[in-house]
This record gives sequence, structure tokens and C-alpha cells, in this order.
Amino acid sequence: MKAYILILLLCLSPLASAIDSRQFANPEQQQAYEELTSELRCLVCQNQTIADSNAELAGDLRRQVQEMLEQGKSRDDIVTFMTDRYGDFVLYKPPFKLKTGLLWVGPVAFLLLGLLAIVLVIRHKKTAVTDATIGTTPEKLAKIRRLLDEGEHS
Amino acid sequence: MVDRRINSATKMLKYLIPLILFIIMAIFLAIGLNLKPNEIPSPLLNKPAPAFAAAKLQAPEQKLTNTDLLGQVWLLNVWASWCVSCRAEHPVLNQLAQKNAVMMVGLNYKDDPANAQYWLESLGNPYSVSIMDQDGRIGLDWGVYGVPETFVMDKKGLVRYKHTGPVTMSDVQAVFLPLIAQLQAEAP
Repeated sequence: MKAYILILLLCLSPLASAIDSRQFANPEQQQAYEELTSELRCLVCQNQTIADSNAELAGDLRRQVQEMLEQGKSRDDIVTFMTDRYGDFVLYKPPFKLKTGLLWVGPVAFLLLGLLAIVLVIRHKKTAVTDATIGTTPEKLAKIRRLLDEGEHS
Repeated sequence: MVDRRINSATKMLKYLIPLILFIIMAIFLAIGLNLKPNEIPSPLLNKPAPAFAAAKLQAPEQKLTNTDLLGQVWLLNVWASWCVSCRAEHPVLNQLAQKNAVMMVGLNYKDDPANAQYWLESLGNPYSVSIMDQDGRIGLDWGVYGVPETFVMDKKGLVRYKHTGPVTMSDVQAVFLPLIAQLQAEAP
């Protein structure tokens, strides 16, 4: 019985995760709010968005986003406001710049590097196999042996 | 003979690949370990200090604005009585204040004024003036994300340095005092 109650209580836990949800009269603003708060990083707990985080700073940033939306500011205005104060690090999707280039290109570069390695390994294996098959005919083996013997005498 | 030597050399190289990969990985890990993700570079550096007009902690009817501080080198220390590492930092600030090297302004961040007053009375007051930021809006403009934080402004009102976390005595000797001396020497 206890277990069932526990399971029931655990099922309720997602309801608790909605940290102060905010209501807007305008559904577009509501959507913009939800998108923005899930794209901005909480700088205290750096692996959470401000929508997820319970930190005080995240609350302040959420309030700021809400106020700016209600003032009729655009998404870009809000993103600029945040990066002016906290830098690109506040964005989960950093802009493509010289400084963030490695961040964007890195995964593709590693993928290509991996593919190159696979191609090289496969090619190497193939040539190794053909070498071995050449060596199996008795005439060729005899020839190789003769050549090796000659090499040792000289 | 030569062929065989080349052969053994390539074989050696094969065994060296894991070692080389390991060294590269170790270098990257070492760089990663030495990064300080808590110290986010401030975009405010070499830009004008954010504007503010805030009530003074010890005289709430009076306001201090950023323009009041133009023409002198000043330091802004973000602190709060609830902040544990501020307590560790406080004696260092007291010592820095005794040197009279720079105007020290305290930004009392998201704090209860009564607690803040008590803090200054019991631990000493290194600040020429402390201003209140009860709802954290000034802090937000300065990009404050953790207390304590310390900023140094030059005579033109530009932010020249930001320190995240408690300032230690060695920071004061190695960074703050030389920087303050340099800024004091600059023309207003």
C-alpha cells in the first residue's frame, strides 16, 4: 500500500516543477516568454535555463523578461539586453562568431575526423587482406622464399 | 633490409598512436580543469558603468547616482549580509579601505537594510557609501550573478576590471592596488 501511495506521489511531482508560471493576456507574448526563458541560461546554476531554475537570479531574469515583453519589447531587444549584461554565455544558442566558431564547427570537424579515420582503417584492412591472398598461391610463396634467401646471402 | 626497417618503423608508429591520442586528450583535460566556469567574462569591461540612482543604506532619503562618481577612480563591491563568502572577504575590504587608495562604494544586493546595517556595525564599514538594491535591478544591470563581485571604474566612469568571488589579500596586492595606482595616474 505504501508503495502505491509513493508511486502516486511521484506521479504528482511534475506538477511541482512548474516554477512560478506567468500568465500573459496575449498568447504571442506567452509563447515568446516561454521560448525566451528556455533559451536563457541561469548563470548561477549554469546547466539550467532560467525557466528551469529555482535560483533567485533566475527569478529576477524571468521578471525582467516578463516586464520587457509587457512593455512591448521584441525578442531581439530582450536577447540584446541580456547579452549586454551577461555576455554570450547567457544564451544557450550562442551566435556564430569567431569566438564561438569552434563551438559550432567542432562537432562537425570531429565527425569528419572520425569518418576519415574509418575510411583509412578500412582501406588499410583491405590491402592487408589482398596481400595475404596473393601470398597463398604455392608458386608465389616459393618465389618469395627464394627472394628472401637471396637477400640474406647478399 | 631497408624495407624491413621501414616496416618496423610504421609498426612502432602504430603503437605510438594511442600514446599520442592520450597526450592530446590529457592536454585538453588539463585545459578544461584549469578553466573557471564560474568566472564569466564581463561584457561591461571598458564600457561606461551602468547608470543607477539608488538610495543610500545609511541615509535612505539621499540618492547616489553614477554621475556623482565621475572624475574619480572608484570601486564597487557587491555584498549582502546573507552572503557567506562576503564574510570571508570583509576583513580584506577593511584593510583595503585603510589604505585610502580608492573610493569604495558598496552595493547592498537583495538584502534586508536592518541586517545590512547590523553587519556594518559589527564587522566594520569599509565603504565610503553603500547603496541599496533590494530587488536586484541594479545588480542585473551590472551583470551580477553571484555575490561578492567587485568592479573598478576609472575617472571617465568606464568599468576597467571585474572580480568575481571574494577578493583575497593577494588579489589586493597583485591586482587591485597596481590597477588603482595606474588609474589614479590617468588624466580625468
